[in-house]
Amino acid sequence: MASTDTTTSAKDPGDLAGLEAGLDALETVHRGRKPFRRTFTEKILPPVVAVALVLAVWQALVSFRIVDDPTKLPSPGAVWDVVHQAWLQGELLGYIWTSVSRGLLGFFFALLIGTPLGLLVARVRFVRAAIGPILSGLQSLPSVAWVPPAVIWLGLNNQMMYAVILLGAVPSIANGLVSGVDQVPPLFLRAGRTLGATGLKGTWHIVLPAALPGYVAGLKQGWAFSWRSLMAAEIIASFPDLGVGLGQLLENGRNASDMAMVFEAILLILTVGIAIDLLIFSPLERWVLRSRGLLVKD
Amino acid sequence: MATTLAKAADGTEAATHAARIEHVSKSFAGPAGQQLVLDDISLDVAPGEFVTLLGASGCGKSTLLNLVAGLDEPSGGTITTDGRPALMFQEHALFPWLTAGKNIELALKLRGVPKNERRGRAEELLELVRLKGAHGKRVHELSGGMRQRVAMARALAQESRLLLMDEPFAALDAITRDVLHDELTRIWHETELSVLFVTHNVREAVRLAQRVVLLSSRPGRVARQWTIDIPQPRRIEDAAVAELSVEITEELRGEIRRHGQH
Repeated sequence: MASTDTTTSAKDPGDLAGLEAGLDALETVHRGRKPFRRTFTEKILPPVVAVALVLAVWQALVSFRIVDDPTKLPSPGAVWDVVHQAWLQGELLGYIWTSVSRGLLGFFFALLIGTPLGLLVARVRFVRAAIGPILSGLQSLPSVAWVPPAVIWLGLNNQMMYAVILLGAVPSIANGLVSGVDQVPPLFLRAGRTLGATGLKGTWHIVLPAALPGYVAGLKQGWAFSWRSLMAAEIIASFPDLGVGLGQLLENGRNASDMAMVFEAILLILTVGIAIDLLIFSPLERWVLRSRGLLVKD
Repeated sequence: MATTLAKAADGTEAATHAARIEHVSKSFAGPAGQQLVLDDISLDVAPGEFVTLLGASGCGKSTLLNLVAGLDEPSGGTITTDGRPALMFQEHALFPWLTAGKNIELALKLRGVPKNERRGRAEELLELVRLKGAHGKRVHELSGGMRQRVAMARALAQESRLLLMDEPFAALDAITRDVLHDELTRIWHETELSVLFVTHNVREAVRLAQRVVLLSSRPGRVARQWTIDIPQPRRIEDAAVAELSVEITEELRGEIRRHGQH
């Protein structure tokens, strides 16, 4: 080292810096934002076309009298009329809000229980051996099965609905976190340990953020399960004092043999489920994945 | 041993060794019973010294590095290091949920650096690896060479006296690797770190190190050492580097050949 040539070392750093700057510039890819027209033709147009096609086929089935019985298949116009009527009477938002508020509150409780539970199962070997298999088994149990016992235990009330939502959503959320933790690359754990992130520090700084994509996938599924469980509970345990949610609306339609009302309820259940996913969970998932470079654009 | 280290006058060893590996062995439970991976390895790294560990597959060089890093326990012998060493991997091992700068700041935070000093220190370290302005960049926005430089900055943030490097440039293209060799040499000069660098690339070993330690395979033993006095800055294509590389490669091939003879 002592014999380092001073003239080269004085000249070299400049050269090296320039070389390095060139390499960095060559290897860095700049991506601009996609123009709105491309977003429109690639993302918005296809689902609109698909929905229009379904509506066209539906209308054709009615218009050409392929299904000639309005009690079996009402026309799209008839269903629209029912929805429009409910809107004019100021009931539509009431149906939706009754169910959505229940669903989101239930989901929030499921989040509070499922997250620590998932972390325990993922990190404590005894807990995993004890309840891990039951937790993943519970996912395959249709949550509608919980409605009869919940009614017997809690009666026909909102608590019963929340119990059914919890039993449906908690396993999804916990399992999502468990698989997120299981998929944390060992390299991150080793790198964390050499930096001094062990024990609780390691869980907080390395394991949890690394498990976030799996956790968010679990949340997304947890919401779907919450919504499904709630609809099952509302259909089965429909009771006037509970207020009319979308599930009760469906059941009321069946009791009145009003097929247009049944269709109205089904379409609203579907629309709300999709809307919550599109407005909350998909953007969350995209943000998590994109910030890690896991979502490849084109 | 090519280098004999004198103990300090007061008998303390902390200052005379960045790492001291004494009679270390390591075996793992394999399909055919206990398998000896490292056999009686003794090796010292002096403060400020740059040592490369060279060997073919199965020589246990990465295992040895893990032991020095404290990620695993030796089956026999002792390892003492001057504080907790920093470790760089073949993969950059940067955390993708943090920006380049925040990766460095996490290392500072875990070392107990107060919050208001972290940002400035991270900027300094990024400047040291010539990535000024990359603080807010996401890991996936950086090229392979830039990622390894951020990883180097993160390792330096630990302020260890000893930097362990496990084939950190093996996955890079030749031009980038060449540039990073220059960078590493420069940073090593500026920081007076001790470096223990594992590689299977003979030229890389000769290009970088003051001392090359050749390990034999299965089990890993210290086969031979070379002290390199070719003046820095060296280039990988220098005649002197090439000449010594030929000699070491011959020896390495001899070690590998022995395994085909029974």
